Amino acid sequence: MAIDPVLIKKDFPILDRLVHGKRLVYLDSASSSQKPTAVIEAMSQYYETTHANVHRGVYTIAEEATRLFEAGRASVARFIGASSTSEVVFTKNVTEAINLVAYSWGRSNLNAGDVVVLTEMEHHSNLVPWLALKAERGIELRYLPVTDDGLLDLSNLDEILDGAKLVGVTAVSNVLGTINPIRLIADAAHAAGAMVLVDGAQLAPHLPTDVKALGADFFGLTGHKMLGPTGIGALWARAELLDAMPPFLGGGEMIRDVRLDGFTPNDIPWKFEAGTPPIAEAVGLSAAVDYLTAIGLPAVRDHERELTAYALTTLRDRYPDLVIHGPLDASLRGGVISFNYKDVHPHDLSQVLDESGVCVRAGHHCAKPLMRRLGVGATARASFSVYNDGADVDALVDALATADRLFA
Amino acid sequence: MPGLEDLYREIILDHYRNPRNRGELPIPPAYAETGFNPLCGDEITLYLQLDGDCVDDIKLTGQGCSISQSSASMMSTAVKGKSLAEARATIRKFKAMMSIHEQRLDGAEDGSEDDSGDAEDEVEVSLGDLEALQGVVKFPVRIKCATLSWNTLVQALDHLSSVQP
Ligand SMILES: Cc1ncc(COP(=O)(O)O)c(C=O)c1O
Repeated sequence: MAIDPVLIKKDFPILDRLVHGKRLVYLDSASSSQKPTAVIEAMSQYYETTHANVHRGVYTIAEEATRLFEAGRASVARFIGASSTSEVVFTKNVTEAINLVAYSWGRSNLNAGDVVVLTEMEHHSNLVPWLALKAERGIELRYLPVTDDGLLDLSNLDEILDGAKLVGVTAVSNVLGTINPIRLIADAAHAAGAMVLVDGAQLAPHLPTDVKALGADFFGLTGHKMLGPTGIGALWARAELLDAMPPFLGGGEMIRDVRLDGFTPNDIPWKFEAGTPPIAEAVGLSAAVDYLTAIGLPAVRDHERELTAYALTTLRDRYPDLVIHGPLDASLRGGVISFNYKDVHPHDLSQVLDESGVCVRAGHHCAKPLMRRLGVGATARASFSVYNDGADVDALVDALATADRLFA
Repeated sequence: MPGLEDLYREIILDHYRNPRNRGELPIPPAYAETGFNPLCGDEITLYLQLDGDCVDDIKLTGQGCSISQSSASMMSTAVKGKSLAEARATIRKFKAMMSIHEQRLDGAEDGSEDDSGDAEDEVEVSLGDLEALQGVVKFPVRIKCATLSWNTLVQALDHLSSVQP
C-alpha cells in the first residue's frame, strides 16, 4: 500500500512546529529521525505506569518492566529476521555495537598481520575501532575503493579479500546513499574465510532487513535513526559467535556468579549488557519497529525511492551547477542526497536553508576519508524518511535560490 | 529571532568573495601554522612574518565557509603592519566581541607586555570592519567559524614568542 504522507506527518508532533515562522521541513533523518506519537507515548506510559529495574525484582512492576524490555528485544529480533532473541544485544547505539565486535571478537581473534577489510565510504564508527586495533595490535587494514559514480569498486574484490579475517561494510552509505551489494560481498568474504560485519544504521530504517539474507555474521543498528529514541542500538550476531566471545564491559547484569577470585559470565545476550540497560528506550524502540512494520518496509522503501528520484530530478533541473555525489539512479540509493553548489560552502547553504525552515546537514558526516575521495572538505546533505513528501523537496529546491542570490 | 542579514553583512560577503592577503610566504623567514575546525572540516594555514616587534606580513590559504574566510581576511588586514601588542589587543577585543572572555591568553607568562594586560595597559585598537562580524554571536554554532583564524594566529604568535624571546 502506498504511503499517505499527509496522514504520516500527523503522527510526528514535531512537524507541527514553526522555525523562523516557517513550517519545519526536516531533511536530516540520516543523522537522526523524528519520533512518532506512538513511540513518545509508549515511553511516557512506561514511566507513568511500569518503571522498575529489570531482571532483579520479584514484585509486579519489576516483572512487568522486565517483560516489556525483553519484548522490545523480541520486536527487534523479528524486525531484522534473527533466529532467536538471544542473538540481539542491546547497546547504546551502532557505534557501541561495532566497538563491541572490535573489542570482544576482534581482540580475541585478530593479531599482528591479520587483515580486516573496510571500505572507503565507512562512517568513522566503522573505521576508528579498527584503526585503534591496528595501532594496538598491528592488524592490517585494506579498503574497498569507491568509484567515481559513488559505488563500491569490487573489481579486485577477491584479491583484497585474500587472507582477510573480517570484512566491515556499511549496507547503505550515509553520505552517498549508495545501497551496497552486501550479499555478494558476504558470499565472497565467506569464500575467503572472513567474517562479515554489516553497519545497518542506514538500512534498518529504510529497507526490509533480513540479517540472514544479507549473509551477515554481525549486524549493527541504531534506534534513533529508525524513529526510535536515542540511547539504544543493537548488535545482532549468530548465537555461536556470541557464545564464544568474551564479555565486553563488566558489571551487574552480565554475570551469573561473582566471587572474590573471579566471575562467571551470564548467558547471551545479557553477557554483553553490563549495568542497567536502556529500558524505556527498548520500549520506545519496540514501538518504533511496530510503527515501521505496520506501514510495511517495502512501502517505506517505495515512498523514499520515489521521493529521492523526484528530488534528484528537480534539483538538477533547477540548478544545473549543483554537484550531486553518489549514484544518480534512485533505485541504487537510499534517501540521502549529498551535494555541493558552486563555491558556496555547505555551512552557508545549511544556514540559508534554515531561514526557510529547511533542516539539512553540512559537514563531513563523520566520513572524512570519503570526503577526501570526493575531493571536498564538506557537503550539504538532505535525507528523507517516511514523513517527508514532495512539498518538502520543493521547499528545499526553492530555498536554495536564496543561497544563489547571496553567494553565487 | 536573528535573520540572515545579521550574519551575512555586505562587508563580510565582500571579504569572502575577494579575500585579502591570500597566498603563502616563504618559510623561513615566515612561520606557518595550520588550524582545523573538526566540526565542519574547515582548515586554514596562516603564514606570519615578524619584523622585530611588528607583524611585517601575513598570508592565508585554506578553505571554509563565508564566515571563517571573511573573518580570516579581515583579521589579516587588521594585524598587518601592527605591533605585536596591537595584534594581541585586537585578538582580545575580537574574542570579547565573540563573547569569548579569557582571563589570559596562553603563553602570555613570558611576554611582559601581556602579563599586566588589564584595561589600563591595553593598547587602544579599533576593530573597524571586524565589527560586521558581531552578528555571528547570535548564531552560536558559527562562532567557531569566525574564531578559527584568530585561534590559529594566537598559536602562531605563541610559538614565535616562545622561540624568540
Ligand atoms: C552508516 C552509519 N554508521 C554509523 C553511524 C553512527 O551512529 P550512532 O552515532 O547512532 O552510533 C551513523 C550515523 O551517524 C551512520 O550513518
